[in-house]
Amino acid sequence: MLLKDNARKFFAGECPMGEVRRLMETDTAYDAALWSKMAEQGYTGIIFPEEYGGVGLGKVELVLLMEEAGRALLPGPFFSSVVLAGAVLDAVASSGQKKKYLAPICRGEARSTVAMLEASASWNPADAQVSVAGGKLTGEKLFVLDAAGADSIIVVAHNGVFIAAAKAAGITIKAMPGMDLTRKLYSVEFNNTSAEKLGETTALAKALDIATATLAAEMAGGMQRTLDITVEYAKTRKQFGKPIGMFQAVQHQCADMYLETESSRSAAYYAGWALEENAPDAAIAVSVAKMYASDACRTVGNRGIQIHGGMGFTWENDLHLYYRRAKASETMLGDASFHRERIARLVIDAGAVSAKSA
Amino acid sequence: MDLNLTAEELKFRDELRAWLKGNVPKDWDNWREESLEARFGYLKRWQRKLYEGGWAGISWPKEYGGRGASLMQQVIFWEEMALAEAPPLANVLGLGIIGPTIIAFGTEAQKKRYLSKILSAEEIWCQGFSEPNAGSDLASLQTEARLEDGHYVMNGQKVWTSYGWAADWCEVVVRTDPNAPQHKGLTVLLLDMKTPGVEVRPLRQMTGETEFNEVFFRDVRVPAENVVGQVNDGWKVAIGTLMHERGTFGAGLQIIYKRNMNRLIELSRTRKRNGRPAAQDPLMRQKLAQCYAEIEIMRLNQMRAFSRVSATGVPGPEGSIQKLFWSELNQRFQQVAQELLGPFGQLEAASPYTIDNGTWAYGYLRSRGNTIEAGTSEIQRNIIGHFVLGLPRSY
Repeated sequence: MLLKDNARKFFAGECPMGEVRRLMETDTAYDAALWSKMAEQGYTGIIFPEEYGGVGLGKVELVLLMEEAGRALLPGPFFSSVVLAGAVLDAVASSGQKKKYLAPICRGEARSTVAMLEASASWNPADAQVSVAGGKLTGEKLFVLDAAGADSIIVVAHNGVFIAAAKAAGITIKAMPGMDLTRKLYSVEFNNTSAEKLGETTALAKALDIATATLAAEMAGGMQRTLDITVEYAKTRKQFGKPIGMFQAVQHQCADMYLETESSRSAAYYAGWALEENAPDAAIAVSVAKMYASDACRTVGNRGIQIHGGMGFTWENDLHLYYRRAKASETMLGDASFHRERIARLVIDAGAVSAKSA
Repeated sequence: MDLNLTAEELKFRDELRAWLKGNVPKDWDNWREESLEARFGYLKRWQRKLYEGGWAGISWPKEYGGRGASLMQQVIFWEEMALAEAPPLANVLGLGIIGPTIIAFGTEAQKKRYLSKILSAEEIWCQGFSEPNAGSDLASLQTEARLEDGHYVMNGQKVWTSYGWAADWCEVVVRTDPNAPQHKGLTVLLLDMKTPGVEVRPLRQMTGETEFNEVFFRDVRVPAENVVGQVNDGWKVAIGTLMHERGTFGAGLQIIYKRNMNRLIELSRTRKRNGRPAAQDPLMRQKLAQCYAEIEIMRLNQMRAFSRVSATGVPGPEGSIQKLFWSELNQRFQQVAQELLGPFGQLEAASPYTIDNGTWAYGYLRSRGNTIEAGTSEIQRNIIGHFVLGLPRSY
């Protein structure tokens, strides 16, 4: 795939690990120069319609791009702004609102994010307690990605999906320092803040599925990098006079990492395809991908660190940066248990399955 | 990956679907739970029907009686077979493993002689690889064959020979040069199982059935023209066979797993756990969903592996992840089934209280063999470690 190869070269050239480490020490992990280069590549508008300044590619291409972003551990608001906020705007907003809010994101001129979770930590939009009355929003949202650098904040409220300017009166944004140093979390408090309605929460499902499948692909990219680093180490690190990768206790763990990585990738690719084609099993495919990747990204990280021995436990080694991202991504948009329950609802409760429909 | 069907693929699917609709036997459910021996004649007749309809060995080249089907068409084939609730094919090893080996390494005369009879199930095949002292370390095998006036004279023993009891022919690996290094002195022969000196003994496995056999050879004479590939270059041929076994064999299994999964979901609606249907028990829901997702991923891995095969013509060592995945998955699945069925899971066909004729008890026991047959999980991990990831050989 040309796009995937180009993306890999782009991230390797523009955002090598040295740059990742520099950005993660900054407040927002955002770099304006890198962002405008990504916009030049068309990444910030990749799946959105050309009438809003997008590139009009499909979900499969987005999945491939994010796999490479995950491999590079791309810091900053690409996921929150382009994937999450972009997909929500595309699904929920009116044409006029898309011109106003989505088009600047596509052009790389603005960034947005989606505020979803509250104290209940539920990924089900129906559980949102925050609500808007008379165009004014009051309440607190938690775990909002990259809010400090966003121009606008999309809020999933009890009575719809709204958007507020990040600089609007009554908004207080505070850091929620978490494990992932490359993607920052914030609490956002709204106090009688003006908010514009975008649409209904029922229109969110497809957008959240796109973001979830894409996140699973990003996780697969991170797993691939963890595997690559680990295999390289197992080939060169010697103990008892042999490369440690010669010992089956080590080698077999590498084989399992490979199986888990490839399986995550297969599932994420299929989810992207199924969403693009509106396949009848698209929602199931998304949950299969996120469920599997959520467990696998942790397991792959565990194995990688163990194989590295003491080196794997150091700050200097890059593995923990991937491991931190893996944990954050594992819970984001629903962990494995959440998606297993969703699969159960879609497969067992829907009654669609019988032995005759093998 | 683009999974949209092309116009040609749609035409293929519709044609196959129509054929299956008119030809899939209606009485398969009556035979499904019969012993392997009892249902084998039935499955042979079904494969014959597929062959006559032009649907056996669809991936094989046209000149050898196949359809030259693309890998996508093979995926369609297995999906349509599943949808139509079609019985499996009888000559599994011939179609999936030995036929492709003859196509890749055989002479023109061998292809003409053997291939169409594999497709029609007129000749059933087995595979003589493992020996009592050569399991995972296959290259250490000791069955020897000496060239005497145009014949290889074989002596030795094979073991774990699936379908040995039903087979007309056997792809057998023998040592033809005892002085050469282990991997260099091996040759692959095609052996007529009716040749004097071949003795097939049943080998009862832990499930109670005799799916496979021990096969003994005493001065068995095999014509020299039955060598596949080059003399003393049999390791290459054998590895090719094993790659087929591990890489593409999973396609048919996918159907069986999906069917088992759907049946278990069906059962979960009526079997009780903690006083309510298992389908409503939060823990069982998690476990069922996990199995469902893994079976789905097995299918998706298979599709990606197929696209690799289509690029190179032969399955690569990546096929080892398929083997590793499906074998360990089935063990996890069978355990979830046991948990869901509780004490009823252990009941065999003879019990009046059995569920599904004892298939769950059988499936649980049978699944222990999955991580051993066709290369143990440990061997698959060695292959992935060394041949895929490039780690140094561990043995």
